Amino acid sequence: MPTVSMTVNGKQVSADVEPNTLLVTFIRENLRLTGTHVGCDTSQCGACVVHVDGNSAKSCTMLAVQAEGAEITTIEGLAKGSDLHPMQKSFQENHGLQCGFCTTGMIMTAVDMVNKQDNLDDASIRKGLEGNICRCTGYQNIVKSVKAAAQEMEG
Amino acid sequence: MYDFDYKRPSTLDEAASLINEDSVLLAGGHTLLPTLKQRLAQPETLVDLSAIDSLRGVCPDGDKLAIGAMTTHAEVANKATIPALASLAGGIGDPQVRNRGTIGGSVANNDPAADYPAAVVGLNAVVNTNKRAISADDFFVDLFETALDEGEIITNVTFPTPDAAAYMKFDNPASRYAIVGVMVAKTSGGVRVAVTGAGPCVFRQSEMEAALSGDFSPRALENINVSADGLNSDIHASAEYRANLIKVLAKRAVAQING
Amino acid sequence: MTTETGIGASVRRKEDKRFIIGKGRYLDDITKPGQTYGYFVRSPHAHAKINNFDATEALNAPGVVAVLTGPDLEADGIGPIICGWGITSKDGTPHKAPAHPALAIGHVRYVGHQVALVVGETLQEAKNAAELVEIDYEELPHVVEVGDALAEGAPQIHADVPGNLSFDWELGDKAAAEQAISNAHHVTRMDLRNNRVIPNAMEPRAALSEYDMGTDEITLYTTSQNPHVHRLVLSAFNGVAPEHKLRVIAPDVGGGFGSKIFIYSEETVCAWATKKLNRPIKWTAERSEAFLSDAHGRDHETHAEMAFDSYGKILGLKVSTKANVGCYLSTFASAVPTYLYGTLLNGQYTMPAIYVEVQAGFTNTAPVDAYRGAGRPEATYVVERMIEIGAREMGIDPGEIRKRNFIAPDAYPYETPVIMTYDSGNYALAMDKAQEAIEYQGFEARKAESAQRGKLRGIGYSSFIEACGIAPSAAVGSLGAGVGLWESAQVRFNPTGSVTVFTGSHSHGQGHETTFAQIISDQLGVPIDQVEISHGDTGKVPFGMGTYGSRSLAVGGSAIVKAVDKIVEKSKKIAAHTLEASVEDIEHAHGVFSVAGTDKKMTMAEIAFSAYVPHNYPADVEPGMDETAFYDPLNFTFPAGTHIAEVEIDPETGTTEILDWVAVDDFGNVINPMIVEGQVHGGLAQGIGQALLENCVYDKESGQLLTGSYMDYCMPRADDLPTFRVQTINTPCTTNPLGVKGCGEAGAIAAPAALMNAITNALGKEIDMPATPEKVWRAAQDL
Repeated sequence: MPTVSMTVNGKQVSADVEPNTLLVTFIRENLRLTGTHVGCDTSQCGACVVHVDGNSAKSCTMLAVQAEGAEITTIEGLAKGSDLHPMQKSFQENHGLQCGFCTTGMIMTAVDMVNKQDNLDDASIRKGLEGNICRCTGYQNIVKSVKAAAQEMEG
Repeated sequence: MYDFDYKRPSTLDEAASLINEDSVLLAGGHTLLPTLKQRLAQPETLVDLSAIDSLRGVCPDGDKLAIGAMTTHAEVANKATIPALASLAGGIGDPQVRNRGTIGGSVANNDPAADYPAAVVGLNAVVNTNKRAISADDFFVDLFETALDEGEIITNVTFPTPDAAAYMKFDNPASRYAIVGVMVAKTSGGVRVAVTGAGPCVFRQSEMEAALSGDFSPRALENINVSADGLNSDIHASAEYRANLIKVLAKRAVAQING
Repeated sequence: MTTETGIGASVRRKEDKRFIIGKGRYLDDITKPGQTYGYFVRSPHAHAKINNFDATEALNAPGVVAVLTGPDLEADGIGPIICGWGITSKDGTPHKAPAHPALAIGHVRYVGHQVALVVGETLQEAKNAAELVEIDYEELPHVVEVGDALAEGAPQIHADVPGNLSFDWELGDKAAAEQAISNAHHVTRMDLRNNRVIPNAMEPRAALSEYDMGTDEITLYTTSQNPHVHRLVLSAFNGVAPEHKLRVIAPDVGGGFGSKIFIYSEETVCAWATKKLNRPIKWTAERSEAFLSDAHGRDHETHAEMAFDSYGKILGLKVSTKANVGCYLSTFASAVPTYLYGTLLNGQYTMPAIYVEVQAGFTNTAPVDAYRGAGRPEATYVVERMIEIGAREMGIDPGEIRKRNFIAPDAYPYETPVIMTYDSGNYALAMDKAQEAIEYQGFEARKAESAQRGKLRGIGYSSFIEACGIAPSAAVGSLGAGVGLWESAQVRFNPTGSVTVFTGSHSHGQGHETTFAQIISDQLGVPIDQVEISHGDTGKVPFGMGTYGSRSLAVGGSAIVKAVDKIVEKSKKIAAHTLEASVEDIEHAHGVFSVAGTDKKMTMAEIAFSAYVPHNYPADVEPGMDETAFYDPLNFTFPAGTHIAEVEIDPETGTTEILDWVAVDDFGNVINPMIVEGQVHGGLAQGIGQALLENCVYDKESGQLLTGSYMDYCMPRADDLPTFRVQTINTPCTTNPLGVKGCGEAGAIAAPAALMNAITNALGKEIDMPATPEKVWRAAQDL
């Protein structure tokens, strides 16, 4: 079994894994970070989105071994201690979640979107959420949350 | 997924040496891994190309643009100096697919609904491998079939800069793959019209190319009757509807080029 | 008094914290020591006989703990999956519900049918072994569409159900409806298809079962909207364990939309097998399994005739529906196309005569049961498409024809010809506000502007009504329900003044932890952060009926109010004793108990403390402050409203863009407007999804599910939807103490008709759902 080492939420982790272990399985089962979810098996729902070296990625469509040496951030690593990330706060403030299952992936996608794009409007936010499916909210308050957080993050 | 071995060579030669009939190349993995997850394939070894630095990057080279096989769609969208190509790459899948998926993987896979084949053929690119250079018109053979030999690895794709080009895509509303995608380009070798999504494999619409060579305007396409024969038909779109979309999208691409 | 945390305030949700930091606890997040993994072997065929089942090789595979089958369940006396609502056919015979063993015995009847459970030490080992199970199937003819299944000579799915007909039900006055039609100035006749959809809660169904040999207790964690109903059915009907030895826990549940009401094979088998194997077993559905085996929704083929007089007044409605119930009757499958459908065909209108008949047919497809709205969207689709088409045919404005038919605001209680009594409403007001919001007068100019750009613009109405809080128990019992439909609540003060509320409702996204806390905060003056809402665990909360049918606030919230009433009554006695006054002189407002006409008072916190430290305490009052109430409503509630959609169609591609959407809904009193708006948004997305994007397709030839993943089943994404403009009007419900009506399903009920009316208005011709680009393109091209 190969050994894989990576940095997850700022901590160095290392484990022996079968090559066919998905990154999401490694995160959920080995590291017990269960905030990253699995909602489909065709790489579309986005419940599993994490950041890999600063880019959002679907952790259900990566092998753990592909993340060798990578910097991974999961939803658990977004807040600084008890200080929530502006995107997390914004989702609560704007009712951007209902059942919460898609929320963690949605937030990780949104943070990456805001980090990379300026002047986000409704249309570009909606386009940027193309890889994340929510069944509860109709997206309206998610868009509102992302927009408000973008303003906060861009300061 | 079934069990497999995993190799991550750091040179092209090492990668080539690992290829055999029971191994598969892993690029971005956004087609391969879903396939493996469904247990639809059972390779013995995955050869991950991600550690080979020479396969990555968008490099202007005179009037050409060379894009390394392991360059992600997001990098192409951000860095390609051919706007139609950047726009095409920026419309593939979703942001996460674009952050991981690669041009080499897409081109080698030759999914009938993939976007890149329309760019490669439409812009008359050359697919370079560790063994040879293959012209776009020779590369895509049939459904999921290319001119690549076993053990051949795409190193980069070289795009000649067109005079002008535009890509129009009609998304499958569910998968967001192309139901039809049309690349129209004015190139040094003439007008090219490449169609993806509609047939078993990307193809050139020669009747449109001829018409546009004489009169590069949407009007020139008006009287062309796109046949539905041989086009794909599925629960999302009939061949007849796809034929319509080819014409509509081609006209819109021309209109966009003409501003 | 509206405080920042009381009734009427948009309090930010208390439950959000754990979800936004990744600390939600969904089923698959839970693991137990020694846990094994279950994987179900499923039928690849739509209909087949099992000639031989051989698990020898699978049992010898590494890490395999067991391979369990239908005959194993039967040998242990585990009863079949049940349908909990009895329907009587026209001829007086009960519905036919063939035995549905939790694992197939002898036959498989749909692709995805559960045949065996493979239990492995790891999921990988269970899946590997599942491939080694050898089953000799003999394929049989199959049928997937209900019209085909009910036709002469169709393949027979169950030996004991001739013609695949489960029931042939009717409601209303056939002669009166037919007479209305024959005497009418105009009759609109249409065939309508309510397309089949797949619920797709984002958290897939899952189960984790654990057996404690010391106490002989089984604990089943499952993705349930109603854990007590699960426990009751698994105990009383399936015989998994006595009710007091079975604990069902529904932890954080990632959406339900109806699909997690039902008692499915998978959790039944896991609950039984954990004791048999004496090992915890976890099963989590892969999305592709969810597509195959979650109960689907809708799937009606309907012929309707609506009769009008020359002024556009509706004289009668006659509806004939064929409902696809799938291969077995799921938990509430029989109620959905009958008492949740036929009873709503009166809409918001005065309709003198209504007759509906429904034939429910078995097919070789997954079971069909309640999905957001359940029967009511199907009814609204019929009524609102028919009146719109009638208006077109008669040349009457679609808003105007509705106004001519609305039940007047002073006509309540209003008894319909289909056994409902509406308590309150103001339909014309909702219509007026919706027309104003969308600037209806400017539509023609906007349409002309679109036409200049080569686009087709359309506008469409839906004036929907629904019946929520399905009740009272005596009434639903008389209609065939196997359960009561009340709700429970327990309000427990802790000595230091904080409160824990135990509710039989279950939140899987609805925000009960906030809304219910607002009721307590408002009525008892307790700071909202001092209120905890506990739900979803049969080991903690009193027996409750769960959450579906937009019932949580109207029924569960009312139960909380009833428990609060008991708290207040008791507190008055304690306050009277302490303040040396008579109970009659104690006045209560928001947790302050005062002696009338004096400044003597006690707070709720002081009284609660006194109840637990009863040093100076009335002799005839029990210590403690912990009250339980069960509330059985007097009637359904009747939320209603008008939605108007405006669309633009690109005739060259058939693409529909939703340009504007106005919703004016009457939900009665509103506790938390922010949450209510969110519920409307979500319902709209699902309704729009059904009309525009989503469609469950089984291949007629092979019986295979063609839309078995997100590659082919089109879920609405952010860029498919517009920004909705949502308003409420509030005519309080007269039959529950909160005056609330329910909001969870409204959007899904209203949206399909509004959108299809808009699209067909743009096209100038009728098409049916879903309005896919190709279908719209064909209509636009006159193909």
